[in-house]
Amino acid sequence: MKYKISLPGIESGWTLLFAAWIVAASATLGSLFFSEIMKVPICTLCWYQRIAMYPLALVLALGLFPHDPKIVRYAGALAGIGWFIALYHVFLVAGIIPESAQPCVQGIPCSQTHISLLGFLSIPVMSLFTFTLIGVLLFGAHRMESS
Amino acid sequence: MNRKILFISVAGLLVLAFAVAAVLFQQSASGRFDQTVLERQGAPIKGPQDAKVTIVEFLDPACGTCRDFYPFVKKLIDQYPGKVRAMVRYAPLHPGSDQVVKMLEAARYQDKFWQALELLFFEQYRWVVNHRSQPSQAQAVLAALNLDQKRFLADMKRPEVVQAIEKDVQDGQTLNVRATPEFFVNGRPMPSFGYDQLSRLVEEAVADAY
Repeated sequence: MKYKISLPGIESGWTLLFAAWIVAASATLGSLFFSEIMKVPICTLCWYQRIAMYPLALVLALGLFPHDPKIVRYAGALAGIGWFIALYHVFLVAGIIPESAQPCVQGIPCSQTHISLLGFLSIPVMSLFTFTLIGVLLFGAHRMESS
Repeated sequence: MNRKILFISVAGLLVLAFAVAAVLFQQSASGRFDQTVLERQGAPIKGPQDAKVTIVEFLDPACGTCRDFYPFVKKLIDQYPGKVRAMVRYAPLHPGSDQVVKMLEAARYQDKFWQALELLFFEQYRWVVNHRSQPSQAQAVLAALNLDQKRFLADMKRPEVVQAIEKDVQDGQTLNVRATPEFFVNGRPMPSFGYDQLSRLVEEAVADAY
């Protein structure tokens, strides 16, 4: 009886974690595509976001086999840090934080830093969206485990 | 068990998508570009004017890799006598380089462009500090060429000079030049960055043209 009740919860929790892993792995490969194939220069803030995103692709996969609900705790911290850096970056690009405080140009002799896809999707915006999505999925997974 | 199969197939799909996208991107990037964007009338050219193979190099005199490639490009021109020429275009990506590039153009009016470029490359450590060009230091380096200083300073401000550099910067953006040096051999960019890739492109272009 107990087994049957907890089964749907675990099943969905795993599925949400799996979805979060797909998002993280796609973002990792996507950012590598930008830098290694398209040769887009990487700014300092992008590196900080990568530091949060790349381990997510690995850690979430490890949390899937065997399924370890505690992974939400570790992955959540990474996603949270990445989210704040992405938010800061988006504000910076939008000009809400003054240009003089912009650390992006530092260390990159190549001028263009913010490449936008389709005219409106800049890399920081995609990053913020991705971290948000992972956060929501992790939160969902956590809720399903605890209920 | 099903989960593992699901996981492995999704992981495989992601990697496959990456590989396919990379191949597609490289194929689309290896297309030829419009001649009017690639070349600028009156840009400095090394090698015979009537050569059928043109290496267009976007460079920044402050860039260390451009300095390292300079003798290599010269060697390529010599390797195919009469068949290969190189055109220099400016991509002043380092802060301050826009001024230094004007100095190169001004040196052309006194027929000392190549000496000026070689000197700037050779003494790069004296005027490039932390990836920033120091125009006043560069000017001090160029003093060794015994240029007519008055003419030199006046030529730097010529509207033709400003326009030429503006066109180079603009075309560089059109051609997606984000790092220097960037080479186009008869309109084709290197498939990936490196000495061998460049010499292979030149070899192929010579075989095509002659």
